[in-house]
Amino acid sequence: MPGLTTTTGLTTRLIACFDIIDGRVTKARRFEDNIDVGDAAEVAASVYADGIDEIIFYDILASAQRRQADLNTIRKVAETVFVPLTVGGGIRSLEDMHAVLAAGAEKISLDSMAVRNPSIITEGSAEFGRQCIVQSMQVKRVPTAPEIPSGYEVFIDGARQATGLDAIAWARRGEELGAGEICVNSIDQDGTHEGYDLEITRAIAEAVNLPVIASGGAGSAEHAAAAFTEAGASAAIVSSLLYSPRMERTVPVGEIKAELAKRYGLPVRLT
Amino acid sequence: MQDDRPVVGVIDYRTGNSQSVVHALNFLGVPNRLLTSPSDLDGIDRIILPGVGSAGTTMTYLSEAGWPEALYARVIEGRTPFLGICVGLQVLFETSEEQNATCLGWLPGTVRAFDGADVRVPQMGWNQVHRTSAHPFLAGLPEAGHFYFVNSYYADPADAGDIAATTEYGLPFTSAVARGNIMATQFHTEKSGPLGLDLLERFAKTPQEELCPA
Repeated sequence: MPGLTTTTGLTTRLIACFDIIDGRVTKARRFEDNIDVGDAAEVAASVYADGIDEIIFYDILASAQRRQADLNTIRKVAETVFVPLTVGGGIRSLEDMHAVLAAGAEKISLDSMAVRNPSIITEGSAEFGRQCIVQSMQVKRVPTAPEIPSGYEVFIDGARQATGLDAIAWARRGEELGAGEICVNSIDQDGTHEGYDLEITRAIAEAVNLPVIASGGAGSAEHAAAAFTEAGASAAIVSSLLYSPRMERTVPVGEIKAELAKRYGLPVRLT
Repeated sequence: MQDDRPVVGVIDYRTGNSQSVVHALNFLGVPNRLLTSPSDLDGIDRIILPGVGSAGTTMTYLSEAGWPEALYARVIEGRTPFLGICVGLQVLFETSEEQNATCLGWLPGTVRAFDGADVRVPQMGWNQVHRTSAHPFLAGLPEAGHFYFVNSYYADPADAGDIAATTEYGLPFTSAVARGNIMATQFHTEKSGPLGLDLLERFAKTPQEELCPA
């Protein structure tokens, strides 16, 4: 399977992933106990100034409340932050996608909704192009079973609901359906600062020919480096590291990039 | 005080990311308007065609709104400065392998798919852009600047003189084109941080005789 980022000219990508509640960034651990971090537009502007390569925005209550993603907040961020913006949460139809893109997003993240209605991936891909659709999956280590041969199961609805889907099979299916990128978020590692689940990230990066985003657990530049060099990820979500109230010391984006470049010889975008 | 700054029109069709371009122009203090139909072209001095869609769908939406004819009159015949972004670059060529689309055909050449046997497709991320022509649009580009790409297809111009910049992704491909008043980037200038904003500003604010000499 082709493609560590280092063989293509692409830089490694660091992504800030914001869980949004009422226009504010919050930080959870293993999908619980959200702590308030700050105003979404202000936090976004600060990581942008610091050299973040991309931002993902999850309106984490939109699906449960059966409403559209918070377009005002998306717009506010898109007015001052000029790196790609992905939005997830509350997206049920092509019309919802149009609304989110019109507010200033580039990409749509589909998670629980894609499991319930896989054809939404295909519809979004046909309308906006494959590159616009991010298949986001919450995965959890489980005992290996005939229907879960990888030992990783896909969960939905804020990691509360098991689906019976094998993580690798679901990633392959998403690629066939038309996803353009796959975000693998480890429920076990989420918010722990102990490092990504490299095993499932690598297994998925080998199973599909799409860029894969490692998510959940970053606590140091070393963890991000491992996601790129050991797991073959194209991008790494570094939220906790940047701003988690639970981190002893948060680290600016520029500092992580400098370490990726100097200590690990990885290509980074300099700003 | 009379405002004689050029007004930039951003074509708004259903699959574009026109709003992102508008956000960037507002941030740069560039007077601009969204154009939903060719009748909105009155008073517009420069035109941007953004894109995040697929080539075939984009051409369908553009054709339904009557854009191909209107743009031909303004850009090809009227020499209005034009900037295509991403799919807005791809549709300038004759055809695209994506959905076997017939495109605008302003520039000779075709649009091809990246080979998934060599690289992950789509290309997604920040890649280096190397300037290859003396066209003034890219004159301010740094030697090794990174710009944001999201594409599964790339243009293969038949006339090498149209190639303004190249980038490596499994193979060297055309990442910007420029011919007179027609300029286009495969990367998203509006989402490429400060370097991307510099290019947009250059397109929007440089005096026309300097930006696109006849």
